[in-house]
Formats: sequence, structure tokens, C-alpha cells
Amino acid sequence: MPQDLHYLKETPSQTAGPYVHIGLAPGAAGFDIYRQELGWDIAGPNAKGERIRIEGVVIDGTGSPVKDVLIEAWQANGAGVHAHPEGGGAVEEGFRGWGRVITDFETGDWGFDTVKPGPVMGRNGRLMAPHISLWIVARGINIGLNTRLYFSDEAEANAADPVLNLIEWENRRATLIARRETRDGKPVYRFDIRLQGEDETVFFDI
Amino acid sequence: MPTPGEFYQRDREWQPPAYTKDYKTSVARSPRLALISLQNSVSEITGPVFGHGDVDPIDNDLILNYAKPGEMPIGERIIVHGRVLDENARPVPNTLVEAWQANAGGRYRHKKDTYLAPIDPNFGGCGRTLTDENGYYYFRTVKPGAYPWRNWVNNWRPAHIHLSIFGTGFAQRLITQLYFEGDPLIAQCPIVNTIPDPQAIEQLIARLDMNATIPLDTIAYKFDIVLRGRRSTLFENRLEGN
Repeated sequence: MPQDLHYLKETPSQTAGPYVHIGLAPGAAGFDIYRQELGWDIAGPNAKGERIRIEGVVIDGTGSPVKDVLIEAWQANGAGVHAHPEGGGAVEEGFRGWGRVITDFETGDWGFDTVKPGPVMGRNGRLMAPHISLWIVARGINIGLNTRLYFSDEAEANAADPVLNLIEWENRRATLIARRETRDGKPVYRFDIRLQGEDETVFFDI
Repeated sequence: MPTPGEFYQRDREWQPPAYTKDYKTSVARSPRLALISLQNSVSEITGPVFGHGDVDPIDNDLILNYAKPGEMPIGERIIVHGRVLDENARPVPNTLVEAWQANAGGRYRHKKDTYLAPIDPNFGGCGRTLTDENGYYYFRTVKPGAYPWRNWVNNWRPAHIHLSIFGTGFAQRLITQLYFEGDPLIAQCPIVNTIPDPQAIEQLIARLDMNATIPLDTIAYKFDIVLRGRRSTLFENRLEGN
């Protein structure tokens, strides 16, 4: 026998189930237990950059809204820096860049407020267009789904983005572009996620 | 000294696939097209950082964190403890571990759970903690009950605790479920069996740990969690370029 490599195996994933809110957003499950729930404020009060709202719905293979999804968002600040020791620098006080978003149990609608991220330096010195990384878990999802949200008003940067350009089918890239609208003078991006079927959202193995 | 690079690729034959017909809810919620493989950039290697300002010491004690003063939830008192490691067997310190579960009767404190077993007025069913500098974590709770669920006509979930773990990078994000050694419902569960490899299933079964048991007080189970490991970057440029 050759030598053993002694690596461990990653713990297998299991579905977050229908009651994921108890653990990760107990207020939504219907009770108050922690001094403070985590992930309700992505950008904090001091973040520079454009304040935006993102809204959408997750749709299943039958065309129905998925009403028990939990989404986590991870993003850079307006200057393209992630709040992490390897994130490229300092961020504004209170900027975490991470948030939790849950759907309305009746409609499946979700939304969150944040700042628009800046472009982030990617691999091999190629700049990535502004984007938000999303991780989607729910009952019936055996392992969290990773995708990215890009912005419709960044057409030039999107066209040069090394990740979007990895997607061989150009028509599928559109599934990752949130559409900018204006409501009461404020920017709102629409981003629907289709788990399956026509216009299925691009999901990544990261 | 080599610097850490990308995370090792996820072993998709060890992890459950998206589409698993016997877990019926997965059928309409599973992507049909292939995932696009993405080499890690800074967006995947980084992830949220948590600190002691985010959690309170009581948060990992499910026996007391929702109980009325002087009262306790009903059920078998247990400690769940272990380490969060990466695939290189290195501890993952200061990482957030969150847990949620049904009460001893198999009922969740959730407005969408309508099972006829009663809510326990002294049990919330969730906890959270940060691993210490050695990657160690522990919770005190009551052992959750099995409960029926709608899949086939007569499916019962084995007793389980849901766990959510972060690690240092968004690519490590993981949610799983802990099962208990000796439970005959494990082998029958369509959710457990979304995992194709029997050895991988065993990795989700916590073992009775008599040495960690508090005599005359609380029984203990040990459960180590493994997150993806990172490659050492040998002989190459940094991810961000030259």
C-alpha cells in the first residue's frame, strides 16, 4: 500500500428543511430568543456607495413560488473590498457584507437593502463586474445552491466579466443579471431565481 | 511558506445530488442543467466573520435559553460536542455554528409545524456558538424526538439536529443534520438516503461519548464537522495576479 494521505472528507450536506427559520431567523418562525438575530443588516449605516434594494422570488420547476427559502448574500463594499482578512483592505465600520433573506410565507417574495458593490479583482488580474454571491437553501434542496447576481446597468463590465464569460451559453448569462428599476426615486433591482425548467438560473460549483 | 489558495473541489459523489426522487420535494426544486464549475476568486475564498459580540454565552444552552426562570424543557438531557475541522484535519477556530431541532416530542416551535405533539413551553429549539481556538464547540440540549412527515404515506424522520456552519470562506458554507447512533429510522429515511455513499451517511451519525457524559446529569454525543480544506499555492502567481 502506498502512503495514506490523511485527508478528511467534507461533512455531507443535508437539506435545511422547512423549519430552517428556527435556527437562522427565529423571528420569522414566530418567536424571539436571541438578543440580536444575525444578517438583517448587510451594509450597516456607514457604507459608502449607492443604496439599493433587491427583490425577487424563487420559482420551482412547476412555475410556483418557493415560499420557504432562505438566501444568504455575500458581497464587497462600494470599493470592491470584502469584509474579511483576505478581502483586499479595510471596510467601513459596521459593513459586514453578509445577510440573510427569507421569503414571505404567503407569497414567496423576498427583498433586501444594501449598497451596490464595486468591481472586485478576480483571478489572473481580471476585474470582475460588481456582483453579489448568493447561497440558496430550502426544503427539497439537498445541498445549498450557489449563484451570483450582476447588475443590468453594468453592461460594459458584465461583458468583460470572467465568470459570466465562463458560461458557454450566452443566453443563460441573462439569468444572472438583475434588472434595474426605479421606485419612488430609488433604485430597485429585480432578480428572480428559477430552480428548474425554462430560463433555469445558472448555478455554480464553487 | 506556501500561502493558502483555493478550496479543494467539492466531492460531488460524496455529497448528495440535487435530484433525489425518493425525497419528493427535491423533484421540482433541483436544477436540471449542470452546475458551472468556477475556480475560486476572492468572492468565494472570503466569507463573513463573526465575533463574540454576535453571540451570547447562553446561546449554546438550549436547556436554558428559552426556559422560564426555574423551569426546564422535558426530555433526555444531552451534550453535543466536537470540533470543526477542515479536510486537512486542521481546526477551524472562531467560526459560527448554529443548531436547530424539534423538542423531545418531535415538534418544532415554528408557525408552519402542525404536528399534534405539543410545543414545550420551555424549549425554543435553537442555539448558536463560536468554535474556540482549537475548533471546539458544544451545545447542551434535550434529545429531539422522531416525527412523521409527508413524503411517502408513512415516513418518520430519525431524531436529528440541524447544524449550520460557516468556516472562513463562502465556498465552505454548509448545512447538515446530525443523527444519533443506534437509531433504526436512519436507514429508512429518504432524506438521509439522498447521500449515495453509506460511509458518508455514517459521517452524520453522532456517537455516544461516555467520557464527556456528566455522571448523574447529562449524557453526551460527539460530532466532528469537516469543512472544505484549502490548497497550498506552490510555484504559482497569487489569485489576484502578478
